[in-house]
Amino acid sequence: MFTEIDTVTLDDPATETVVNRVRYGAKRIKGKPVNRQNKTCEIRQEWVGHVRRIRETQDQAAFAELFQHFAPRIKAFLIKSGSDATMAEECAQEVMATLWHKAHLFDPTRATVATWVFTIARNKRIDVLRKQRRPEPEDLGWGPEAEPEQDDVIALQQETAQLRTALKALPEAQRQLIEKAYFGDLSHREIASQTGLPLGTIKSRIRLALDRLRHAMN
Amino acid sequence: MENNIKHHLTDDLLMAYAAGTLPEAFDLMVATHLSLCDHCRARAESFDAVGGHVLEDQAEVAQMDQGSLAATMALIAQGAPTSKPVQPACSVLPVPLQDYVGGDVNAIRWRPIGMGVKQAILPTTRDATARLLFIPAGVAVPDHSHHGTELTMVLQGAFSDEVDHFARGDVEIADADLHHTPTADISEDCICLAVTDAPLKFGKLMPRLFQPFLRI
Repeated sequence: MFTEIDTVTLDDPATETVVNRVRYGAKRIKGKPVNRQNKTCEIRQEWVGHVRRIRETQDQAAFAELFQHFAPRIKAFLIKSGSDATMAEECAQEVMATLWHKAHLFDPTRATVATWVFTIARNKRIDVLRKQRRPEPEDLGWGPEAEPEQDDVIALQQETAQLRTALKALPEAQRQLIEKAYFGDLSHREIASQTGLPLGTIKSRIRLALDRLRHAMN
Repeated sequence: MENNIKHHLTDDLLMAYAAGTLPEAFDLMVATHLSLCDHCRARAESFDAVGGHVLEDQAEVAQMDQGSLAATMALIAQGAPTSKPVQPACSVLPVPLQDYVGGDVNAIRWRPIGMGVKQAILPTTRDATARLLFIPAGVAVPDHSHHGTELTMVLQGAFSDEVDHFARGDVEIADADLHHTPTADISEDCICLAVTDAPLKFGKLMPRLFQPFLRI
Protein backbone atom coordinates (compact mmCIF):
# COMPACT_ATOMS: atom_id res chain seq x y z
CA MET A 1 0.00 0.00 0.00
CA PHE A 2 2.72 2.50 0.98
CA THR A 3 4.76 1.51 -2.05
CA GLU A 4 1.72 2.37 -4.09
CA ILE A 5 1.56 5.87 -2.59
CA ASP A 6 5.25 6.37 -3.18
CA THR A 7 4.85 5.69 -6.87
CA VAL A 8 2.49 8.60 -7.48
CA THR A 9 3.51 12.24 -7.40
CA LEU A 10 1.98 14.47 -4.75
CA ASP A 11 0.11 16.74 -7.16
CA ASP A 12 -1.61 13.80 -8.80
CA PRO A 13 -5.32 13.92 -7.90
CA ALA A 14 -5.26 10.14 -7.40
CA THR A 15 -2.89 10.56 -4.47
CA GLU A 16 -5.48 12.27 -2.36
CA THR A 17 -7.93 9.44 -2.83
CA VAL A 18 -5.42 6.81 -1.80
CA VAL A 19 -4.23 8.79 1.23
CA ASN A 20 -7.79 9.37 2.30
CA ARG A 21 -8.50 5.71 2.06
CA VAL A 22 -5.50 4.96 4.24
CA ARG A 23 -6.59 7.52 6.85
CA TYR A 24 -10.10 6.16 6.72
CA GLY A 25 -8.78 2.68 7.43
CA ALA A 26 -6.66 3.91 10.33
CA LYS A 27 -9.62 5.69 11.84
CA ARG A 28 -11.66 2.51 11.82
CA ILE A 29 -8.86 0.58 13.48
CA LYS A 30 -8.79 3.14 16.30
CA GLY A 31 -12.33 2.07 17.07
CA LYS A 32 -14.18 5.09 15.81
CA PRO A 33 -15.80 3.96 12.58
CA VAL A 34 -17.08 6.76 10.41
CA ASN A 35 -20.76 6.92 9.64
CA ARG A 36 -21.68 5.14 6.43
CA GLN A 37 -24.80 5.16 4.34
CA ASN A 38 -26.63 2.93 6.79
CA LYS A 39 -30.34 3.62 6.84
CA THR A 40 -31.04 2.05 10.23
CA CYS A 41 -28.26 4.07 11.74
CA GLU A 42 -29.54 7.30 10.19
CA ILE A 43 -33.02 6.71 11.57
CA ARG A 44 -31.66 6.13 15.06
CA GLN A 45 -29.45 9.18 14.81
CA GLU A 46 -32.56 11.15 13.94
CA TRP A 47 -34.31 9.99 17.12
CA VAL A 48 -31.30 11.17 19.11
CA GLY A 49 -31.82 14.61 17.56
CA HIS A 50 -35.51 14.49 18.45
CA VAL A 51 -34.74 13.92 22.12
CA ARG A 52 -32.19 16.74 22.04
CA ARG A 53 -34.84 19.07 20.54
CA ILE A 54 -37.26 18.17 23.33
CA ARG A 55 -34.58 18.80 25.92
CA GLU A 56 -33.36 22.08 24.48
CA THR A 57 -36.46 23.72 23.04
CA GLN A 58 -39.42 21.64 24.31
CA ASP A 59 -40.09 20.86 20.65
CA GLN A 60 -43.64 19.46 20.40
CA ALA A 61 -43.30 18.51 16.73
CA ALA A 62 -40.27 16.33 17.53
CA PHE A 63 -42.23 14.78 20.38
CA ALA A 64 -45.22 14.06 18.10
CA GLU A 65 -42.95 12.13 15.71
CA LEU A 66 -41.40 10.14 18.55
CA PHE A 67 -44.89 9.46 19.88
CA GLN A 68 -46.13 8.21 16.53
CA HIS A 69 -43.23 5.77 16.28
CA PHE A 70 -42.82 4.57 19.87
CA ALA A 71 -46.23 4.82 21.58
CA PRO A 72 -47.82 1.98 19.50
CA ARG A 73 -44.75 -0.18 20.20
CA ILE A 74 -44.90 0.51 23.94
CA LYS A 75 -48.59 -0.32 23.98
CA ALA A 76 -48.02 -3.58 22.08
CA PHE A 77 -45.13 -4.46 24.42
CA LEU A 78 -47.34 -3.95 27.47
CA ILE A 79 -50.21 -5.96 26.01
CA LYS A 80 -47.82 -8.83 25.25
CA SER A 81 -46.59 -8.52 28.84
CA GLY A 82 -50.09 -9.26 30.13
CA SER A 83 -51.75 -5.84 30.34
CA ASP A 84 -55.25 -5.19 29.03
CA ALA A 85 -55.61 -2.65 26.22
CA THR A 86 -56.97 0.15 28.44
CA MET A 87 -54.13 -0.06 30.92
CA ALA A 88 -51.57 -0.43 28.13
CA GLU A 89 -52.89 2.75 26.49
CA GLU A 90 -52.68 4.65 29.77
CA CYS A 91 -49.19 3.35 30.53
CA ALA A 92 -47.91 4.08 27.02
CA GLN A 93 -49.01 7.70 27.47
CA GLU A 94 -47.28 7.87 30.84
CA VAL A 95 -44.08 6.37 29.41
CA MET A 96 -44.07 8.98 26.65
CA ALA A 97 -44.66 11.75 29.20
CA THR A 98 -41.69 10.40 31.20
CA LEU A 99 -39.59 10.53 28.04
CA TRP A 100 -40.41 14.25 27.77
CA HIS A 101 -39.62 14.98 31.41
CA LYS A 102 -36.41 12.96 31.47
CA ALA A 103 -35.07 14.02 28.07
CA HIS A 104 -32.15 15.73 29.88
CA LEU A 105 -31.06 12.36 31.34
CA PHE A 106 -30.81 10.51 28.02
CA ASP A 107 -27.19 9.62 27.21
CA PRO A 108 -26.75 8.74 23.50
CA THR A 109 -23.23 7.42 24.11
CA ARG A 110 -24.70 4.57 26.17
CA ALA A 111 -28.11 3.85 24.61
CA THR A 112 -30.23 4.36 21.53
CA VAL A 113 -33.59 6.06 21.98
CA ALA A 114 -35.27 2.65 21.49
CA THR A 115 -33.18 1.15 24.31
CA TRP A 116 -33.97 4.08 26.57
CA VAL A 117 -37.69 3.90 25.79
CA PHE A 118 -37.57 0.17 26.51
CA THR A 119 -36.13 0.78 30.00
CA ILE A 120 -38.85 3.32 30.83
CA ALA A 121 -41.58 0.97 29.55
CA ARG A 122 -40.09 -1.97 31.46
CA ASN A 123 -40.01 0.03 34.69
CA LYS A 124 -43.61 1.08 34.13
CA ARG A 125 -44.56 -2.58 33.70
CA ILE A 126 -42.81 -3.54 36.95
CA ASP A 127 -44.55 -0.67 38.75
CA VAL A 128 -48.06 -1.16 37.37
CA LEU A 129 -48.37 -4.84 36.46
CA ARG A 130 -46.14 -6.38 39.12
CA LYS A 131 -46.78 -3.64 41.71
CA GLN A 132 -43.14 -3.75 42.67
CA ARG A 133 -40.49 -1.12 43.27
CA ARG A 134 -37.64 -1.06 40.80
CA PRO A 135 -34.25 -0.36 42.37
CA GLU A 136 -31.97 1.35 39.83
CA PRO A 137 -28.19 1.90 40.05
CA GLU A 138 -26.83 5.28 41.11
CA ASP A 139 -27.25 7.93 38.41
CA LEU A 140 -24.21 8.88 36.42
CA GLY A 141 -25.40 12.24 35.22
CA TRP A 142 -23.80 14.23 32.45
CA GLY A 143 -24.57 17.91 32.60
CA PRO A 144 -25.18 20.22 29.65
CA GLU A 145 -21.52 21.27 29.93
CA ALA A 146 -20.47 17.70 29.17
CA GLU A 147 -22.17 17.37 25.80
CA PRO A 148 -21.26 13.92 24.39
CA GLU A 149 -18.82 13.63 21.51
CA GLN A 150 -20.57 13.07 18.20
CA ASP A 151 -18.13 10.27 17.31
CA ASP A 152 -19.05 8.42 20.50
CA VAL A 153 -22.75 8.83 19.79
CA ILE A 154 -22.36 7.45 16.25
CA ALA A 155 -20.17 4.57 17.43
CA LEU A 156 -22.72 3.46 20.03
CA GLN A 157 -25.60 3.74 17.57
CA GLN A 158 -23.64 1.60 15.10
CA GLU A 159 -22.78 -1.01 17.70
CA THR A 160 -26.48 -1.24 18.52
CA ALA A 161 -27.36 -1.64 14.83
CA GLN A 162 -24.84 -4.49 14.64
CA LEU A 163 -26.39 -6.11 17.68
CA ARG A 164 -29.75 -5.93 15.94
CA THR A 165 -28.32 -7.65 12.86
CA ALA A 166 -26.78 -10.37 15.04
CA LEU A 167 -30.07 -10.92 16.87
CA LYS A 168 -31.94 -11.17 13.58
CA ALA A 169 -29.48 -13.82 12.43
CA LEU A 170 -30.27 -16.10 15.37
CA PRO A 171 -32.38 -19.22 14.83
CA GLU A 172 -36.09 -18.39 15.00
CA ALA A 173 -36.67 -20.54 18.11
CA GLN A 174 -33.97 -18.72 20.04
CA ARG A 175 -35.24 -15.31 18.97
CA GLN A 176 -38.70 -16.22 20.20
CA LEU A 177 -37.28 -17.23 23.57
CA ILE A 178 -35.47 -13.90 23.88
CA GLU A 179 -38.73 -12.09 23.10
CA LYS A 180 -40.53 -14.17 25.69
CA ALA A 181 -37.85 -13.30 28.24
CA TYR A 182 -38.31 -9.57 27.61
CA PHE A 183 -42.09 -9.76 27.56
CA GLY A 184 -41.76 -11.23 31.06
CA ASP A 185 -42.77 -14.77 30.12
CA LEU A 186 -39.59 -16.49 31.33
CA SER A 187 -38.46 -16.70 34.95
CA HIS A 188 -34.84 -15.89 35.67
CA ARG A 189 -34.11 -19.59 36.00
CA GLU A 190 -35.44 -20.18 32.49
CA ILE A 191 -33.41 -17.20 31.29
CA ALA A 192 -30.24 -18.90 32.53
CA SER A 193 -30.38 -21.22 29.52
CA GLN A 194 -30.68 -18.22 27.17
CA THR A 195 -27.43 -16.45 27.91
CA GLY A 196 -24.52 -16.30 25.51
CA LEU A 197 -26.24 -13.73 23.29
CA PRO A 198 -24.21 -12.11 20.50
CA LEU A 199 -23.57 -8.92 22.46
CA GLY A 200 -20.33 -8.43 20.54
CA THR A 201 -18.47 -5.22 21.23
CA ILE A 202 -21.38 -3.14 22.50
CA LYS A 203 -20.31 -3.94 26.07
CA SER A 204 -16.87 -2.43 25.61
CA ARG A 205 -18.38 0.58 23.84
CA ILE A 206 -20.68 1.28 26.80
CA ARG A 207 -17.80 0.64 29.19
CA LEU A 208 -15.75 3.35 27.44
CA ALA A 209 -18.65 5.77 27.78
CA LEU A 210 -18.89 4.97 31.51
CA ASP A 211 -15.14 5.52 31.94
CA ARG A 212 -15.45 8.95 30.31
CA LEU A 213 -18.35 9.85 32.61
CA ARG A 214 -16.39 8.78 35.70
CA HIS A 215 -13.46 10.83 34.48
CA ALA A 216 -15.69 13.88 33.96
CA MET A 217 -17.20 13.46 37.43
CA ASN A 218 -13.83 13.45 39.21
CA MET B 1 -17.13 2.91 42.03
CA GLU B 2 -14.73 0.14 42.96
CA ASN B 3 -12.03 -0.99 40.55
CA ASN B 4 -10.90 -4.11 42.37
CA ILE B 5 -14.05 -6.20 42.18
CA LYS B 6 -13.21 -9.83 41.35
CA HIS B 7 -16.56 -11.55 41.83
CA HIS B 8 -19.24 -10.33 39.43
CA LEU B 9 -22.88 -10.99 38.62
CA THR B 10 -23.79 -13.71 36.12
CA ASP B 11 -25.23 -13.08 32.65
CA ASP B 12 -28.55 -14.69 33.54
CA LEU B 13 -29.04 -12.32 36.50
CA LEU B 14 -28.12 -9.29 34.40
CA MET B 15 -30.43 -10.34 31.56
CA ALA B 16 -33.30 -11.03 33.97
CA TYR B 17 -32.67 -7.60 35.56
CA ALA B 18 -32.86 -5.99 32.11
CA ALA B 19 -35.98 -7.97 31.27
CA GLY B 20 -37.49 -6.92 34.60
CA THR B 21 -38.40 -10.40 35.79
CA LEU B 22 -36.41 -10.72 39.02
CA PRO B 23 -37.93 -10.60 42.50
CA GLU B 24 -37.53 -7.14 44.04
CA ALA B 25 -34.83 -8.32 46.49
CA PHE B 26 -32.68 -9.51 43.57
CA ASP B 27 -33.28 -6.25 41.67
CA LEU B 28 -31.97 -4.48 44.78
CA MET B 29 -28.83 -6.66 44.79
CA VAL B 30 -28.19 -6.04 41.08
CA ALA B 31 -28.80 -2.27 41.35
CA THR B 32 -26.47 -2.07 44.36
CA HIS B 33 -23.71 -4.02 42.61
CA LEU B 34 -24.06 -1.97 39.39
CA SER B 35 -23.64 1.20 41.45
CA LEU B 36 -20.16 -0.06 42.38
CA CYS B 37 -19.19 -2.00 39.25
CA ASP B 38 -18.99 -0.39 35.79
CA HIS B 39 -17.96 -3.72 34.26
CA CYS B 40 -21.34 -5.23 35.13
CA ARG B 41 -23.18 -1.95 34.44
CA ALA B 42 -21.92 -2.04 30.85
CA ARG B 43 -23.04 -5.67 30.55
CA ALA B 44 -26.46 -4.83 32.01
CA GLU B 45 -26.91 -1.90 29.62
CA SER B 46 -26.06 -4.22 26.71
CA PHE B 47 -28.95 -6.41 27.79
CA ASP B 48 -31.10 -3.25 27.85
CA ALA B 49 -30.10 -2.79 24.20
CA VAL B 50 -31.46 -6.28 23.47
CA GLY B 51 -34.73 -5.12 25.04
CA GLY B 52 -34.64 -2.02 22.82
CA HIS B 53 -34.57 -4.27 19.76
CA VAL B 54 -37.37 -6.46 21.08
CA LEU B 55 -39.47 -3.32 21.55
CA GLU B 56 -38.50 -1.89 18.15
CA ASP B 57 -38.87 -5.03 16.04
CA GLN B 58 -42.23 -6.37 17.20
CA ALA B 59 -44.10 -8.05 14.37
CA GLU B 60 -47.28 -6.14 15.20
CA VAL B 61 -47.72 -2.82 16.92
CA ALA B 62 -50.85 -1.64 18.72
CA GLN B 63 -53.20 1.12 17.64
CA MET B 64 -53.23 4.15 19.96
CA ASP B 65 -56.63 5.55 20.97
CA GLN B 66 -58.12 8.65 19.36
CA GLY B 67 -56.72 11.76 21.02
CA SER B 68 -53.87 9.82 22.61
CA LEU B 69 -51.18 12.37 21.76
CA ALA B 70 -53.30 15.25 23.09
CA ALA B 71 -53.92 13.31 26.31
CA THR B 72 -50.17 12.78 26.65
CA MET B 73 -49.47 16.49 26.10
CA ALA B 74 -51.99 17.19 28.88
CA LEU B 75 -50.09 14.76 31.14
CA ILE B 76 -46.85 16.55 30.33
CA ALA B 77 -48.44 19.92 31.12
CA GLN B 78 -49.17 18.69 34.64
CA GLY B 79 -45.41 18.87 35.24
CA ALA B 80 -42.63 16.44 36.07
CA PRO B 81 -42.90 14.27 39.14
CA THR B 82 -40.58 15.57 41.84
CA SER B 83 -37.20 13.94 41.53
CA LYS B 84 -35.48 12.71 44.64
CA PRO B 85 -32.52 14.67 45.96
CA VAL B 86 -29.12 13.35 44.91
CA GLN B 87 -27.36 11.58 47.75
CA PRO B 88 -23.63 11.61 48.31
CA ALA B 89 -22.05 8.80 46.31
CA CYS B 90 -19.09 8.18 48.61
CA SER B 91 -20.98 6.48 51.45
CA VAL B 92 -20.96 2.86 52.64
CA LEU B 93 -24.41 2.14 51.22
CA PRO B 94 -24.88 2.84 47.49
CA VAL B 95 -27.94 4.98 46.67
CA PRO B 96 -30.36 2.09 45.84
CA LEU B 97 -29.75 0.62 49.31
CA GLN B 98 -30.06 4.01 50.99
CA ASP B 99 -33.54 4.24 49.46
CA TYR B 100 -34.52 1.09 51.36
CA VAL B 101 -32.73 1.89 54.61
CA GLY B 102 -33.72 5.55 54.71
CA GLY B 103 -30.13 6.73 55.05
CA ASP B 104 -26.57 5.43 55.28
CA VAL B 105 -25.19 2.84 57.77
CA ASN B 106 -26.20 4.92 60.79
CA ALA B 107 -29.86 4.56 59.80
CA ILE B 108 -29.82 0.74 59.70
CA ARG B 109 -32.07 -0.78 62.38
CA TRP B 110 -30.01 -3.80 63.38
CA ARG B 111 -31.38 -6.76 65.32
CA PRO B 112 -28.86 -8.96 67.12
CA ILE B 113 -28.89 -12.64 66.13
CA GLY B 114 -26.05 -13.87 68.35
CA MET B 115 -22.24 -13.76 68.66
CA GLY B 116 -22.28 -10.07 67.84
CA VAL B 117 -23.80 -10.79 64.42
CA LYS B 118 -26.73 -8.50 63.52
CA GLN B 119 -29.19 -8.34 60.66
CA ALA B 120 -31.76 -5.94 59.22
CA ILE B 121 -34.43 -7.28 56.88
CA LEU B 122 -35.33 -4.82 54.12
CA PRO B 123 -38.91 -4.25 52.94
CA THR B 124 -39.27 -6.02 49.58
CA THR B 125 -41.91 -8.23 47.97
CA ARG B 126 -42.18 -11.63 49.63
CA ASP B 127 -41.01 -13.79 46.71
CA ALA B 128 -37.43 -13.24 47.94
CA THR B 129 -35.71 -11.69 50.95
CA ALA B 130 -33.08 -8.98 51.21
CA ARG B 131 -31.23 -8.20 54.40
CA LEU B 132 -28.14 -6.48 55.66
CA LEU B 133 -25.71 -8.47 57.80
CA PHE B 134 -23.21 -7.15 60.30
CA ILE B 135 -20.35 -9.52 61.21
CA PRO B 136 -17.86 -8.19 63.78
CA ALA B 137 -14.21 -8.15 62.72
CA GLY B 138 -12.63 -11.59 63.03
CA VAL B 139 -15.88 -13.44 63.74
CA ALA B 140 -16.59 -16.71 61.90
CA VAL B 141 -20.16 -17.62 61.00
CA PRO B 142 -20.65 -21.34 61.80
CA ASP B 143 -20.54 -23.85 58.96
CA HIS B 144 -23.85 -23.79 57.13
CA SER B 145 -25.47 -24.70 53.83
CA HIS B 146 -28.08 -22.88 51.75
CA HIS B 147 -31.56 -23.21 50.44
CA GLY B 148 -32.35 -21.87 47.00
CA THR B 149 -30.03 -19.25 45.51
CA GLU B 150 -28.26 -16.84 47.84
CA LEU B 151 -26.20 -13.85 46.81
CA THR B 152 -24.01 -12.03 49.31
CA MET B 153 -22.25 -8.76 48.48
CA VAL B 154 -19.70 -7.03 50.70
CA LEU B 155 -20.34 -3.34 51.44
CA GLN B 156 -17.75 -2.76 54.16
CA GLY B 157 -14.79 -4.79 55.39
CA ALA B 158 -14.24 -8.22 53.85
CA PHE B 159 -14.71 -11.93 54.53
CA SER B 160 -13.04 -15.17 53.53
CA ASP B 161 -14.40 -18.66 53.18
CA GLU B 162 -13.47 -21.95 51.54
CA VAL B 163 -14.14 -20.38 48.12
CA ASP B 164 -12.16 -17.12 48.17
CA HIS B 165 -11.70 -13.69 49.76
CA PHE B 166 -14.51 -11.18 49.21
CA ALA B 167 -14.11 -7.40 49.54
CA ARG B 168 -16.33 -4.36 48.85
CA GLY B 169 -18.43 -4.94 45.73
CA ASP B 170 -17.63 -8.67 45.44
CA VAL B 171 -20.64 -10.98 45.17
CA GLU B 172 -20.59 -14.57 46.38
CA ILE B 173 -23.19 -16.73 44.64
CA ALA B 174 -24.16 -19.75 46.73
CA ASP B 175 -26.54 -22.58 45.98
CA ALA B 176 -27.57 -25.66 47.94
CA ASP B 177 -24.21 -27.34 47.21
CA LEU B 178 -22.11 -24.80 49.08
CA HIS B 179 -21.16 -25.47 52.71
CA HIS B 180 -18.94 -22.74 54.02
CA THR B 181 -17.69 -20.87 57.08
CA PRO B 182 -17.35 -17.19 56.20
CA THR B 183 -14.96 -15.32 58.50
CA ALA B 184 -14.83 -11.54 58.64
CA ASP B 185 -11.39 -9.98 58.21
CA ILE B 186 -9.80 -8.92 61.47
CA SER B 187 -9.19 -5.32 60.35
CA GLU B 188 -12.78 -4.09 60.16
CA ASP B 189 -16.39 -5.07 60.93
CA CYS B 190 -18.00 -6.57 57.85
CA ILE B 191 -21.34 -5.36 56.43
CA CYS B 192 -22.99 -7.35 53.62
CA LEU B 193 -26.18 -7.32 51.59
CA ALA B 194 -27.62 -10.83 51.31
CA VAL B 195 -30.58 -11.91 49.18
CA THR B 196 -32.22 -15.31 48.91
CA ASP B 197 -35.16 -16.72 46.99
CA ALA B 198 -35.78 -19.36 49.68
CA PRO B 199 -38.58 -18.51 52.11
CA LEU B 200 -37.54 -17.21 55.51
CA LYS B 201 -38.53 -19.57 58.31
CA PHE B 202 -38.42 -18.72 61.95
CA GLY B 203 -38.60 -21.72 64.28
CA LYS B 204 -39.80 -21.47 67.88
CA LEU B 205 -36.89 -22.97 69.76
CA MET B 206 -33.42 -21.55 69.17
CA PRO B 207 -34.89 -19.13 66.67
CA ARG B 208 -32.97 -16.01 67.46
CA LEU B 209 -29.64 -17.65 68.00
CA PHE B 210 -29.10 -20.38 65.47
CA GLN B 211 -31.78 -20.38 62.83
CA PRO B 212 -30.55 -17.19 61.22
CA PHE B 213 -27.10 -18.70 60.80
CA LEU B 214 -28.57 -21.56 58.85
CA ARG B 215 -29.92 -18.98 56.45
CA ILE B 216 -26.91 -16.72 55.99
